Amino acid sequence: MTIAPPSDELAAGAFERRRPGRPTGRGPGRTPIGYVFVSLYALLALAFGVVPSLYAVLLAFTNADGGFAGVGNFTKVVSDFRFWPAVLHVTLYLVIWLVALVVFVVGLALLVHAVRLRWASTALRFVYYLPGALAGASSVLLWLFVLDPTASPVSGLLRAFGFDSFVAVIQPGNLPAIFAIIAFWTGAGGWIVIMYGALNNISTEVLEAAQVDGAGAVQIALRIQLPLLRKWIAYMGVMSLAAGTQLFVEPQLLSQASNAVVPNDYSLNQLAYQYAFQQNDFNGAAAISLILLVVALLLSWVFVTRGGLFEKE
Amino acid sequence: MSAVSAEPRRVSLRGWSGRAVAGFVLTLFVFFFAVPIVWLLFAVTKSAKALTVSNPFALGSWSDFVSNWHQLFGFQDGAVTTWIGNSAFYALGALALTLLVSVPAGYALALTEFKLRKALLVLTLVVMLIPSTALVLPIFLELNSVGLIGSPLSVILPMSFFPFGVYLTYIYFSTSIPRDLLAAARIDGCTEFQVFTRIALPLGAPIVALVAFFSFVQNWNNFFLPFVMLPSSDGYPIQVGLTSLLAATPAFNPSSAGSDSVQLPTLALATIVSILPVLIVFLFSQRFLVEGMTAGGTKE
Repeated sequence: MTIAPPSDELAAGAFERRRPGRPTGRGPGRTPIGYVFVSLYALLALAFGVVPSLYAVLLAFTNADGGFAGVGNFTKVVSDFRFWPAVLHVTLYLVIWLVALVVFVVGLALLVHAVRLRWASTALRFVYYLPGALAGASSVLLWLFVLDPTASPVSGLLRAFGFDSFVAVIQPGNLPAIFAIIAFWTGAGGWIVIMYGALNNISTEVLEAAQVDGAGAVQIALRIQLPLLRKWIAYMGVMSLAAGTQLFVEPQLLSQASNAVVPNDYSLNQLAYQYAFQQNDFNGAAAISLILLVVALLLSWVFVTRGGLFEKE
Repeated sequence: MSAVSAEPRRVSLRGWSGRAVAGFVLTLFVFFFAVPIVWLLFAVTKSAKALTVSNPFALGSWSDFVSNWHQLFGFQDGAVTTWIGNSAFYALGALALTLLVSVPAGYALALTEFKLRKALLVLTLVVMLIPSTALVLPIFLELNSVGLIGSPLSVILPMSFFPFGVYLTYIYFSTSIPRDLLAAARIDGCTEFQVFTRIALPLGAPIVALVAFFSFVQNWNNFFLPFVMLPSSDGYPIQVGLTSLLAATPAFNPSSAGSDSVQLPTLALATIVSILPVLIVFLFSQRFLVEGMTAGGTKE
């Protein structure tokens, strides 16, 4: 069986199927066992989902003495000279990353799916997926090596582009592309596998009919497979957009590795971290986290409520 | 979405040129994804000098590997061993708690009725779709106010809140367990608790394994949460420890040249060591990974 991603089950009203108080006498609804089973989870959801969010709201609207600050913290962080550059950095990174993700993930999934040799197709998916094991700091560290011309396995390539030293590689203008490459390298394989699974679910009759009608591989891809992949592409886009706004570990490590050629307030999350840990301004940190959290929540909410993206095939 | 058809029909590229282009692109990306990892395996067998002068894909020597190994595990009197132990403690502790919390919750959401059930489902879905890092600073601010910062609980407990795991078990129990089976067990005298432990849980073994997989990988690789919660080096997991190693590598941080400095091949070895458990889990799970069963599991 295939585990569907956040699918129609929830969004399209799976909860409506079983209403409380069904008259069948044997239903489990009459015992309180449900409460026992969800109690721990509900507790954790409160402690690490609801309460921190509310506490961040409280902090963001108060000052250090606990007095009401209105939108003071927000105007403070937004007018911080580091804020808009950080927004720009994250935006540039997101644009490059999302375009690369959509183009290459969809393209590669279609190509891998067209491979007829079963072992070759499996091997390709595995190789593409494997870097997913190196998330977080490990993958950034590995890419520091790859981007350092003195040690890099592709130093010839780097020099051909005129990058003779590590510092030359990590110039500010290159950073969004570098972070996009690292994120793509780590995460693209997972999405390729997901798209591949979705392609497998396209019914045989549809493809056969198209072939009988004389459609070639390219036409089938453009007219049948791509439209049917649309909701998955949207899912990938929304998830990646939300995750991308959180950029932290890549610039953080690069900042450390470059002797601050890369600033330690490059991304918004880093700026929030600076507020909390360098300036001891928890209210300002809360304001930035809240902005990021609201963006993530909005994206998530749009996705949950506009369940049309997840109609059953 | 249930079963995938046995042999999906493939769209075949006709003609020589189409196949050549496709093969070229696929191969190009094989190199892109594989070269860094393959290179890493060679790098750890070299001395610092050999790393910069020899062929990137030439094998070094066993003795260089051993000396890299000793340098890594001798770093700050064996800090790396401590960090790996911490990682294992946090990841496995959170894994155990996640299973204990998520599986019954998913079952209850799927097969029992209680007030606020729908609210909890919506909360699960919403939190599941937001990046886990979005809540890290708010959780830090919260735990800071109750004085839990620096305690292992400050990472284990937040990691144990794993809505995606609840969602997976919820979907599984609501689609794959016949309700009549549970009803039959009740008629045969099972208590509600026994229905769960004796019927649902054994049937749910695959989904428990899947949740365990995601939980472990995510916990082991988690950087931002422990980075924020654990200020002292003694408490670092290996992912955060890597930053200390990086800071002690003169090639990247010239101010760090000193007795306890780290050479590049040693840093490469640290990278491998830091991902080894996840890599092993990946290799053992590769069949179900590439078949698309993990769809939805990617949440960077």
